[in-house]
Amino acid sequence: MNSISKYFSDLFKGISSLWAGMRVTGKYFVSPGQIVTQQYPENRATLKMEPRFKGEIIMPHDENNQHACTGCGICEINCPNGSIEIITDRVPNADGKLERVIDKHIFHLSMCTFCGLCVKTCPSDALAFGQEFEHAVFDRHKLTKVLNQPGSSLKKEAKK
Amino acid sequence: MSSKIYDFSSLTGSIDAALNSWMSPGLAVLTELVIIGLVFLIFYALLGLFLVYLERKVCAVIQNRVGPNRVGKWGLLQTIADLIKLLMKELIPIRKADHLLFVLAPFIVIIASFMAMGAVPFAKGLHVLDFNIGVFYVMAVSSLGVVGILIAGWSSNSKYPLIGAMRSGAQIVSYELSVGLSLMAIVVFSGTMSLSGIIESQADGWWIFKGHIPAFIAFIVFLIASTAEINRGPFDLAEAESELTAGFHTEYSGIKFAFFFLAEYINMFIVAALGATVFLGGWMPFHIGNWEGFNQVMDYIPSIVWFFTKTFFIIYVIMWFKWTFPRLRIDQLLTLEWKFLLPISMFNILLIAFLVLMHWHF
Repeated sequence: MNSISKYFSDLFKGISSLWAGMRVTGKYFVSPGQIVTQQYPENRATLKMEPRFKGEIIMPHDENNQHACTGCGICEINCPNGSIEIITDRVPNADGKLERVIDKHIFHLSMCTFCGLCVKTCPSDALAFGQEFEHAVFDRHKLTKVLNQPGSSLKKEAKK
Repeated sequence: MSSKIYDFSSLTGSIDAALNSWMSPGLAVLTELVIIGLVFLIFYALLGLFLVYLERKVCAVIQNRVGPNRVGKWGLLQTIADLIKLLMKELIPIRKADHLLFVLAPFIVIIASFMAMGAVPFAKGLHVLDFNIGVFYVMAVSSLGVVGILIAGWSSNSKYPLIGAMRSGAQIVSYELSVGLSLMAIVVFSGTMSLSGIIESQADGWWIFKGHIPAFIAFIVFLIASTAEINRGPFDLAEAESELTAGFHTEYSGIKFAFFFLAEYINMFIVAALGATVFLGGWMPFHIGNWEGFNQVMDYIPSIVWFFTKTFFIIYVIMWFKWTFPRLRIDQLLTLEWKFLLPISMFNILLIAFLVLMHWHF
């Protein structure tokens, strides 16, 4: 008797759960307003990327053309593909001591897999992800980018 | 009442008379066969292309996507582009395959669906083969397709096709029973096996409404079992991509693969047409008992429109299944048939026989 009631309860539970699934997809079918696809080349002017989108590595600069990179090289060590190269320089500061500053922070976009380890491990939050994604170029040398802008300097108060 | 509906047999009759007046009777029959064959070939190809397009659009909308929209207006030419691509693909010969059977298999599958298509009543008088055992004929012919699938799996000389074909065999042989019993329910109601007779018996209401709950249960069982029989939806174990690469047609390429693909979609149409004919009245407009005015208004909609509306409704439901449910395991598949569908449909047919004996149906 118990097995018979289990048989019928299985049957009706199965039907109700199948119907629940069909209701969900049926609701999607009758509400085409929920379509999330972006019609890319047509909506290029109005396209807005999500903030979490990983387009490329950038180094944010403030209005005084200052960045937060101390040239410690942690990003270079952490990069699994060797797509970051840092060329540092030693210049005397106000006290006359030699201090390390970056000369060039080189980012090879062609080797980057956008794993985000450099952004995550940067102790001074100098790196970030940009939203730019149209990277196709005819010369691969153009994929090697210098992230610090010419004439930029280290933001002093950023280091705590 | 039904005389208002345009009868296509007047058109086909006049073509027949014209041909007979121009040539000898034997030659006229031959010409008619050629014409019908050509019409069916063109219909078959166009329907296949359209169903593939429809499937991709329905799937896309269910998954909140847009679907094909680049080739032609709304992507309507997408499947034609795909067909041209498939026609240009190389037919790769398999070195240790059984060559004769390997080449033969897609044709068996496609011929089976072609033969079943012949018995489908498209509109009033538009019916190629009107057997007095129409339901039986469609069942018998459509299950020939599994022979082609088994041959394809066997002759490929490869493990994935063989496993896929064996699964397909087990699946179709089991689900054939439920399809048969659920169709038999309506045969018991209408008292005839001919498809035109079943349609005529629905002139005062479709069987799904006239047959109380048992007819509705039979309809549901038919939908599930026929989805399994055409190797689709949650029952596509024969070609489970994630397990068997492509199942029985793994080794096929180019147009031979396209034949399997096309036959699968045409089988879906045939199953839907059969379901629409038997349960939803085929080309018969929506009639309620003896409401003369209402029935006459419904008669103004052409019968071919009624047929295709109902058929595409069932096709939509089958697609809805496919894009909602995850694939079953092989033991779950056989459990569903032998423990649930078969006992239910057997009990159902007993109930229907009782209803008919007591004259409790309308």
